Amino acid sequence: MTMRHIMAKSLAPTDGVREYLAAQEKKSLLRFLTCGSVDDGKSTLIGRLLSDTKQIFEDQLAALERDSRKHGTTGDDIDFALLVDGLEAEREQGITIDVAYRFFATPKRKFIVADTPGHEQYTRNMATGASTADLAIVLIDARQGVLRQTRRHSIIASLLGIRHVVLAVNKIDLVNFDQTVFDRIVEDYGQFSRDLGFQTIVPIPMSARYGDNVSRRSESMEWYSGPTLIEHLETVSVDEAMVELPFRFPVQYVNRPNLDFRGFAGTVASGSVAPGDEVVVAKSGKSSRVKRIVSYGGDLAQAAAGQAVTLVLDDEVEISRGNMLVSPAARPQVADQFAANIVWFDEHALLPGRSYILRTETDQTSATVTDLKYRINVNDFAHEAAKSLEMNEVGICNISTRTPIAFDPFAENRTTGAFILIDRISNATVGAGMILHSLRRAENIHWQSLDVGKRVRADMKNQRPAVFWFTGLSGSGKSTIANLFEKKLFATGRHTYILDGDNVRHGLNRDLGFTDADRVENIRRVAEVARLMADAGLIVIVSFISPFSAERRMARELMADGEFVEVFVDTPFEECARRDPKGLYARALNGEIKNFTGVDSPYEAPETPEIHLQTLGKSAEEMVDALEHWLNERDIAEDQYDSGGGI
Amino acid sequence: MTTALTHLQRLEAESIHIFREVAAAFAKPVMLYSVGKDSSVLMHLAMKAFYPAKPPFPFLHVDTTWKFREMIAFRDQMAQKLGFDLLVHVNEDGVRDNINPFDHGSNTHTHVMKTVALRQALDKYGFDAAFGGARRDEEKSRAKERIFSFRNAQHVWDPKNQRPEMWKIFNTRIASGESIRVFPLSNWTELDIWQYILQESIPIVPLYFAKERPVVERDGMLILRDDERMKLRPGETVENRLVRFRTLGCYPLTGAIESDADTLEAIVGEMLTARTSERQGRLIDRDEAGSMEKKKREGYF
Repeated sequence: MTMRHIMAKSLAPTDGVREYLAAQEKKSLLRFLTCGSVDDGKSTLIGRLLSDTKQIFEDQLAALERDSRKHGTTGDDIDFALLVDGLEAEREQGITIDVAYRFFATPKRKFIVADTPGHEQYTRNMATGASTADLAIVLIDARQGVLRQTRRHSIIASLLGIRHVVLAVNKIDLVNFDQTVFDRIVEDYGQFSRDLGFQTIVPIPMSARYGDNVSRRSESMEWYSGPTLIEHLETVSVDEAMVELPFRFPVQYVNRPNLDFRGFAGTVASGSVAPGDEVVVAKSGKSSRVKRIVSYGGDLAQAAAGQAVTLVLDDEVEISRGNMLVSPAARPQVADQFAANIVWFDEHALLPGRSYILRTETDQTSATVTDLKYRINVNDFAHEAAKSLEMNEVGICNISTRTPIAFDPFAENRTTGAFILIDRISNATVGAGMILHSLRRAENIHWQSLDVGKRVRADMKNQRPAVFWFTGLSGSGKSTIANLFEKKLFATGRHTYILDGDNVRHGLNRDLGFTDADRVENIRRVAEVARLMADAGLIVIVSFISPFSAERRMARELMADGEFVEVFVDTPFEECARRDPKGLYARALNGEIKNFTGVDSPYEAPETPEIHLQTLGKSAEEMVDALEHWLNERDIAEDQYDSGGGI
Repeated sequence: MTTALTHLQRLEAESIHIFREVAAAFAKPVMLYSVGKDSSVLMHLAMKAFYPAKPPFPFLHVDTTWKFREMIAFRDQMAQKLGFDLLVHVNEDGVRDNINPFDHGSNTHTHVMKTVALRQALDKYGFDAAFGGARRDEEKSRAKERIFSFRNAQHVWDPKNQRPEMWKIFNTRIASGESIRVFPLSNWTELDIWQYILQESIPIVPLYFAKERPVVERDGMLILRDDERMKLRPGETVENRLVRFRTLGCYPLTGAIESDADTLEAIVGEMLTARTSERQGRLIDRDEAGSMEKKKREGYF
């Protein structure tokens, strides 16, 4: 083993270091990603960049040589890909799974590079790297030309707001440095990317493995007179001039250490602000003036895009996290319905009608896709009709949120126009969205405030509204129990209504089939109807298989607290199939009916229903008694609470 | 006309944004304070993020009982000076079993006294988010990690299935028992850290500066004999040499470098001509291939 604690030379005199640091301070930063198809040499290129800019230390080089012998794919040469493929699984499989961030600097600039995976299945990790980049290096294997993943990555980069592209035609050595190959690829890519809105596309022929035209001008390509990659990266201007845009300050955190101080902390998304400036609260329209810009080192005279500051206002206006302080002259849109581009990440497809959590930089609400307008074919940009968006697909959707959000179109502001979608149950980040524009109808429809309210309507009927949501397999006994339950309630003077799966499908939901997407929509419509009926003061009994917990949860969230009563009619599959009152199981098991719950479509049993009815060996009367008992207990509890609260 | 933000201003703003996001979105965050230079920067940024308030979370030091004495003294001094709430956790099971780096090797010692200790502390207090000072330029599995890095209820990191992380929109949602490790310094490099320490005059443990110290040469490393628990092997002698440390951890596992850099400027100057990475002085990363990823999956920071 060599001695590693070699005397490090502190040659640079103190003045020299100061000068050096002063120069560092003035450097700008460029964030870029490498993308493209598998085996186009992304990781190799980054290894080359790091090596050429002297970012690889001796101990790392020694480890790399060791690893290259063990896992390398480049014969006796150093396999630079192993420098960035940092996960065990990546080295074993010889592929890139997730994005790696690497750092290097030249005398002119500092760089953060995101090395992103080429496999289609890891597109979400490519999107992660692209979302914070200003420039994309799209790699192409000179032998392969423009591939499907080249197109997909270019489209995603474009959607995510990247305006500058380097078209790196790599492995040019393997086609004998042939200009005609290069020209043809440049032509192909130019054709394809015409409508992607890139401001610059700079094609460079290179060999990442041997370093041609990376930082060293190639001697084998006299015909190429453009810049080397490094020359271009050092000089390309990507400034978005966020500071020139109208002032936007998404409030992230309300800082209130004591009664005398109330500051709004956040990062200025665009524009700038100074003490004395008028600002408007986006969602309420209330205005105030900036009194102080507080920072640790003392108050500031100005805060501009990118700075994380704390604002103190002149007046006590109501502002919480998720709201936005904005310029009075140019306000953002505030709406609960808008159109957006969506990139879908999750293996469970996006379904219109299903409820997701929508998050902007600081705001959060629930959202549903009301209309999937079309899917974009990544090969030819064709707009294709679609009922769902599968993993790695891109589409245009109308979105409806439970509460309005403040935003700008993404094309105008990359910070205030973006959002992510989160699955309500797994909490996975399932999609990313770029807002196009608000929908007119959202601006025009305002909630009517009615004097005759829900409470008054229910009181007149001398009851409390409730939605009994029966869920269970076909043939589990839902309808039988529901009918008997309604009879008993009717007998005691209650006002009721039954929404039955089969009956509703004959009318309101006649246009829906049995795919997952249609099942979700089926439930959404019924839940909305049930809500209106509860609003009218009724006790509603919904009798639907409703196999997915996400939709039952959505239904629950539509209703007021305590009004939604999930009733799990729990009959084993074998018993349901034995009873088979409509002969459906026999046909489904024969393969005559597709997407039949319990046979070839899943049923997600409720984990914590309000009422769990295990039907085996019990009569319908016994179960209805249990339901009535539950209802009476609830009403008594609420009456007590009400009279207590009224004193 | 406003001038564009400098490189360090951009990094600082990003880190402050991350701190605030956690404070706003989590019920019980904590900052892991390891007393090193990155922790010093992290602490400084936390103070800035919430000024004029104090950071709304405690600082936790997982003490392996083998840290340099100067680190412990510095830790207590900073807690008093800045007035933050300092929690110290020691794995008492490990102390009882006398787990130490000499008899059990760096792997077992680190696992018991650091990784397991950290899990114990997180479970004990029920923290749902924990800040760490890791940087992506340190090591190649760290280069792959998200800024908001999800951990399941067993504190396990699943590197093959990380949540997408788009723009500055962080997914802060977790189920009960799960947690997020948060790395505000993800995009900082070692040079950025030193430059920032210099610019902001941030106090750091004196061990980073060159000084005559009693060291033993062992396994190709210079180990500072910080107390009597380190027994000399046959042939070993303690020599006073002019040394300093590029990183700090458990003293028996941290190699010193010979250096006369006794000012921040000299340290930066030295760094600019360095030919080895900073983690090279750490025994624990070299034990086996992919060892950092393995430790991280088990819950190490």
